Amino acid sequence: MGSRASTLLREEEIEEIKKETGCKLCQNAPLYLSQTSITNPVFNSVFSREDFQRIPELAINPLGDRIINAFFPEGEDQVNFRGFMRTLAHFRPIEDNEKNKNAAPSEPLNSRTNKLLFAFRLYDLDRDDKISRDELLQVLRMMVGVNISDEQLGSIADRTIQEADTNGDNSISFNEFMKVLEKVDVEQKMSIRFLH
Amino acid sequence: MGRLCILGVRGRTAWCTLLLLLCCSGGDCESETRTPGPTDIQGVKPFHNEPQPQPFPEEEKANMPVFTMDYSRIQVPFEFTLWVLLASFAKIGFHIYHKITIWIPESCLLICIGLIVGGIMHSVKEKPPAVLSSDVFFLYMLPPIVLDSGYFMPTRPFFENVGTVLWYAVVGSLWNSVGIGMSLFAICQIEAFGVQDINLQENLLFASIISAVDPVAALCVFEDISVNEQIYIVIFGEGLFNDAVTVVLYNMFSYVADIPAVESVDVFLGVARFCVVSLGGLLFGVLFGIVAAFTTRFTHNSRQIEPLFVFMYSYLAYLVAELFAISSVLIITCAITMKYYVEENVSQRSCTTIRHVVKVLASISETLIFFFLGVVTITTEHEWNWAYILFTLLFAFIWRGLGILVLTQIINPFRTIPFSFKDQFGLAYSGLRGAVCFALVFTLPDTINRRKLFVTASIAIIFFTVFIQGISIRPIVEYMNIRRSNNEKYNINMEIHSRTMEHIVSGIEDLCGQWSHYYWKDKFKKFNDRILRRILLRDSRAESSIVSLYKKLELQSAIEMLDTPMGDLSAAPSVVSLHDEMKEASRPKKKFPTADVRNMHNILAKNMYKIRQKTLAYTNKYKLPDESRTREILIRRHSSIRRSLRASSFRDPLSENIPKSQRYYSLQPGSDLESAFALRRRSHGAGGSSTRSAIPLSPIKERSPGPAPHRTPTVQQSEDEEGAMPHVWSWPWMRVGPDTMNYRIYG
Repeated sequence: MGSRASTLLREEEIEEIKKETGCKLCQNAPLYLSQTSITNPVFNSVFSREDFQRIPELAINPLGDRIINAFFPEGEDQVNFRGFMRTLAHFRPIEDNEKNKNAAPSEPLNSRTNKLLFAFRLYDLDRDDKISRDELLQVLRMMVGVNISDEQLGSIADRTIQEADTNGDNSISFNEFMKVLEKVDVEQKMSIRFLH
Repeated sequence: MGRLCILGVRGRTAWCTLLLLLCCSGGDCESETRTPGPTDIQGVKPFHNEPQPQPFPEEEKANMPVFTMDYSRIQVPFEFTLWVLLASFAKIGFHIYHKITIWIPESCLLICIGLIVGGIMHSVKEKPPAVLSSDVFFLYMLPPIVLDSGYFMPTRPFFENVGTVLWYAVVGSLWNSVGIGMSLFAICQIEAFGVQDINLQENLLFASIISAVDPVAALCVFEDISVNEQIYIVIFGEGLFNDAVTVVLYNMFSYVADIPAVESVDVFLGVARFCVVSLGGLLFGVLFGIVAAFTTRFTHNSRQIEPLFVFMYSYLAYLVAELFAISSVLIITCAITMKYYVEENVSQRSCTTIRHVVKVLASISETLIFFFLGVVTITTEHEWNWAYILFTLLFAFIWRGLGILVLTQIINPFRTIPFSFKDQFGLAYSGLRGAVCFALVFTLPDTINRRKLFVTASIAIIFFTVFIQGISIRPIVEYMNIRRSNNEKYNINMEIHSRTMEHIVSGIEDLCGQWSHYYWKDKFKKFNDRILRRILLRDSRAESSIVSLYKKLELQSAIEMLDTPMGDLSAAPSVVSLHDEMKEASRPKKKFPTADVRNMHNILAKNMYKIRQKTLAYTNKYKLPDESRTREILIRRHSSIRRSLRASSFRDPLSENIPKSQRYYSLQPGSDLESAFALRRRSHGAGGSSTRSAIPLSPIKERSPGPAPHRTPTVQQSEDEEGAMPHVWSWPWMRVGPDTMNYRIYG
């Protein structure tokens, strides 16, 4: 079901995960996670897509498939606990004291840029660092009810690209994406309050 | 618009007719019994075939009466039906003009109509039926509401917040009662107000009555503006359990009001009684729930009477609770326990029936209660005392606000998500009083010499809170919620991407499950799986053929819907059209006039899916949960699965040829359908159903996808998770048994 290759999480690994993701509680996280969503025991297991697809609430989330997909690295079908926590760490709330101190050379996973990158990657499936019109249309179609015709959706997509596109390539690059969302409180929107 | 007016007019004429009927045949007036006799038919030409020598019968002869009327025989049910009809017409009338119900809660409107009817009845000197007398209210009108609250209670958020809910309900009620009682007693000491004869016990009694909160109207408003789940569930739970505490306090204080002196032993006994009452109610509820679940295990051969068990058992539980004078409101545990197991045992039709009937009964009860509130207001005798009533209002307000503030400060450290001040204000302001308060005040014994004053004061409070607070809560909350400044620079990008981010976050939250109280949940889950499910559930095997046929038909109609060339349900542009689109990439840019942009904003605002708020959908008192949106999403996934399968069966299924965007649906092209239906749940070992084999989802490189579309796989069917998605019965094509679906329709 969930446990395939048993890679035991040793102490060192847990320390590494903590440092990488900044989640202090991730040691206890498996116990928490084991009840509703992912299979137990979680410590030794590796997740596949099935495990995520079992969650009914995700099934009726319009972007459910893509969210699941975001957990799996490119082309693979399994993710271990470390990878899972890495992805989850994007949603840690940004604490105030972190904003000031000079962090490690690489930005922490839950910085604003990385949060936006997560969202960007949800649109950009072929990883060419651009949201093309079709990709935008796909996501729009998923998020919108059945009462909208394709033409209407097409013109909405066109307008979206037009608003954001500054270099005229008819698609949205990551920088344009960041710029157009500069007024949105991404830190608050893309955080889960009980991850600390 | 014309049609609406006609409906309105027809509705009004119907009302008038009903009103006239009611006035003529109302309440306690003398029943018009007429003995059928020859005098009745004077003037009626006898068209009957009895041979009559004369055209008109003479007085002495006793002939067969043609037309008789015996009103007294049908009086009670007839009047009951008329009242229910009248109240229901009122409800229809409100919803014809949508704007009204947005600004004025339904309860207000019903009270107004009740006032009008009461006025009419009063002017013709009729007395209304004794509906709000103690027995009728507690035995007939309250049980459906309790059942409805219990049956549609969202279990997961509720149990996550159960500590908070109980804290507010129990301690909050105590705080309110004692506070208001004491303050009012202090006011009574002032000579100028003329209420010196009310002693402390009576004040406390009255205070306990008016601290019963009934936030129905507030909940409707909160649902419309999508307030967050935590606030919603706390208000909902508090309103529910608050009744139990109030009734206990009422009984306690009314007992105390009789005896001249209170000893400390009595206080201690009072506390003990409270514990007995509440725990007894909970235990009885769970017991009856388990028995009901057990009964439904054996009903697979008599499907028609399945809904009956739900209602009979819950009503029985309620009556037994009333018998032992334990809290009948806590019988909602019966409904909660029952629902989880019963919905797995009964057929789909029974499930739908149960849900609909529960809603109908609760709706009728609620409507009638508010309606009669209006009627009885006019027809009872009142005693008005400005000082007492105004101070009651003031203290009710103050003590509730203070109570919420203090209680929240104490409990916030224990909560995962603490309440902000805005939340607290919402909590305090939604303390509307309602039906329970009204019924309780009518059951005050006549030994209390200021009974009429109490009645008037309660009615005044109810009216004030329902009307003023009920109407003003919407503008206030909407005003408070507007955090972002509504400037025009809020462009379409922000709208779309914000919504995307909200969906993402809610998805991740669902993924994580809950992060607190996991220990007890885990334990309960184990106990549930090992013991309870084995006893209470019929072995989950394939359903009866009728049910599976129903599912198959549902699926086929869904497929047909997808097959018709409607572009609307296409989940994504198909492979072919993707290529076409790319060719069009170099189109000239269009300019969008502002009217168009505003149009787009409107379209998006109306049509984008809101993030899941299961709690709210299920606790609305006036509507059944709306599942059209989940259906749409599931149909779309279904079609994308089909599409990816079809694509793979027609082309070389090497991974290079399929564009990458096709991969990231729930099904890898060419792999097994069985795993495609992702609502397969894991079997918790219920009955050890080992006939299902889990065929794992293997990576695309290893499979030969040729036979895939032609196979008829067995799809695993497993049990629901606790509190996850209990209403899977509405998605029949997702919950399949091994003998139902054959997927040859794909081939």
